[in-house]
Amino acid sequence: MDKQRLGETLRPYLMIAPAMAGIFLFVLYPVVFLGYLSLYDYNLMNKAKSKFIGFDNFAEIFSREDFYKSLSNTVIYTAGVVVLTLLLSLLLAVWLSKKSKFNVFVQAGIFTPHVVSIVSIALVWLWMMEPNLGFLNYVLKALGLPTSEWLQSSRSALMSVILVSVWQGIGYYVLIIVAALQSISPSIYEAAALDNANKLRTFWKITLPMISPQLFFILVIMTIGSFKVFDTVKVMTGGGPNNATNTLVYYIYENRTTNIGYASATGVVLMAIIALLTFVYFRLLSRRVHYQ
Amino acid sequence: MASIEFVRVSKAFDKQEVIKDLNLTIEDGKFTVLVGPSGCGKTTLLRMIAGLDPQTSGSVLIDGKDVTRIAPGKRGVAMVFQNYAIYPTMSVRENIEFGLVNNKVGKAEREELVESIGKAVGLSDYLDRKPSTLSGGQRQRVALARAMVKKPSVFLMDEPLSNLDAKLRVQMRIELIELHKKLGTTFVYVTHDQVEAMSMADKIVLMNKGVIQQEAPPDTMYRRPSNRFTAQFIGTPPMNIGELGAGGIKYGFRPESAVLSEVQGDEPFSVRGVIATREMLGSETIYQVRSDSGNFMVKRSEDLFAAGQEVFVGVAAEKLHFFGEDERRIEEKQGAYRDYLEALRGRSHG
Ligand SMILES: Nc1ncnc2c1ncn2[C@@H]1O[C@H](COP(=O)(O)OP(=O)(O)OP(=O)(O)O)[C@@H](O)[C@H]1O
Ligand SMILES: [Mg+2]
Repeated sequence: MDKQRLGETLRPYLMIAPAMAGIFLFVLYPVVFLGYLSLYDYNLMNKAKSKFIGFDNFAEIFSREDFYKSLSNTVIYTAGVVVLTLLLSLLLAVWLSKKSKFNVFVQAGIFTPHVVSIVSIALVWLWMMEPNLGFLNYVLKALGLPTSEWLQSSRSALMSVILVSVWQGIGYYVLIIVAALQSISPSIYEAAALDNANKLRTFWKITLPMISPQLFFILVIMTIGSFKVFDTVKVMTGGGPNNATNTLVYYIYENRTTNIGYASATGVVLMAIIALLTFVYFRLLSRRVHYQ
Repeated sequence: MASIEFVRVSKAFDKQEVIKDLNLTIEDGKFTVLVGPSGCGKTTLLRMIAGLDPQTSGSVLIDGKDVTRIAPGKRGVAMVFQNYAIYPTMSVRENIEFGLVNNKVGKAEREELVESIGKAVGLSDYLDRKPSTLSGGQRQRVALARAMVKKPSVFLMDEPLSNLDAKLRVQMRIELIELHKKLGTTFVYVTHDQVEAMSMADKIVLMNKGVIQQEAPPDTMYRRPSNRFTAQFIGTPPMNIGELGAGGIKYGFRPESAVLSEVQGDEPFSVRGVIATREMLGSETIYQVRSDSGNFMVKRSEDLFAAGQEVFVGVAAEKLHFFGEDERRIEEKQGAYRDYLEALRGRSHG
């Protein structure tokens, strides 16, 4: 009798055990280990020489100029990518949400970059952005517009990286928003037309609230993703010129061999920032999101 | 207050003509019901009045003015959609208020209107709720309130009761009739339920395949159907129709107009048959009688016969209808009417 009861209590735990083991091994353990490393002056060659230094790594982070530089780069990059992608994909989606052959074609075109590896895309853009022989300046010159130094000037480099990221990601988000727009019942728009609502008001009062769950999702996902940007930076600029495009993850990557404890501490800080941001989003915006 | 007029209106979807050269006048202040089988173009007609799907050719006039170029929101019409089309992200109050805000009604007046309409439809306690937390009947009231609050001169309703359960439907039917009495505005109501049509309408417009079959008050529609389609659409079970013989003339009578007896009576129509089925529905019984002239449905309030029994089906002269080869009704005044009656008497068999 008691044995049976015990079995019954244990069974659910037994059943989720494999999944939990995976989560422990691949999620929790690395995070904890990251935290552990961040408290050490860790020596990769000789483990015995590692020593516990408490919060010294963190103190160092917050006193170093280059950390603040990469943090502000990351913030500017994230803000730029998130705002631009949201606005552009919303605009494109509104345009593409009318079902027609042409629109399907355009949508497929916009989505294609998402299928291609970011490394290839970054390389292609790298060539196009070459100041003297590149395609972009050629076009600008042909149109009689001022050319740009693109990735080679610290003033325009971050903007160029933002441009590529937006271009690469937009198709995916357009797809999500188009799907959301198409799921809105047309009779709601007809009711709005009968209620004498003009286009702008219909958009603000009906379309936006109706797709707010998707927009919120995109906002959160993209903020997290952009804060962790690495590949574009790695391929296109290597953090340069003059640290103008050095972002947090690339900063961690640069420190990975010389000072793993310091890199880990930066990782912990990054995690904390993202967690905080997500929390703030939920606190501020969740009341404006209409789940049905 | 407004009358609605269709003048030679046609409507095509992708070259497929749904309505062709339709002329119709909907009187000011009347409760007009559009009824007809599924796909006959009722919704299409309603949407043309609202301006949601403008006509392909011809003109729609509201109060004598051609509204072809007038936006839906400026026609003075309000519509209750079949699926209600309530704004799901707005509270009940915001739903009702939306049209008023767009029409730049002042805040104080708006609040007063919303409160009073909310009370009228019994939603006072729900004004700050989200529509997703309301029952089907309550949502329907929101849709009604949203239409009423704009004080439209024309009320359009597209099968507003079809999502409700039978009991609530009867209740809402009465409430709508009362609402119409109170407001005195033009109501155009679409349904495919003939009971709804009969019970609510001042005038029924019966359509089939985009063509108006008959426009008449309910009792005329029932007593003097102008063609065979009308005769068989209105009434349950539908009118019995039989071949008179030569000339493609058909006769018809309603199941409730026939009498059953064990001995042959002296009605002009009298045939012998056997009761094939008997459905006892409580207050009435429906028999299916099989005879040499065909199968007839007979509805009686008394329940005297059993299945398998041999009976005579009799119909009085004034309860008989005749339809010509073109399916149109043959009026009593027409000369041939007597001949057809005699022909039918001659065919009676005992
Ligand atoms: N947007 C559309 N595109 C193409 N055909 C349409 C469209 N809307 C309606 N139709 C066609 O027009 C005809 C009339 O449709 P309508 O919706 O007016 O029927 P209805 O009388 O309201 O039927 P129900 O009682 O089923 O609602 C149908 O044959 C339908 O297929
Ligand atoms: Mg319809």
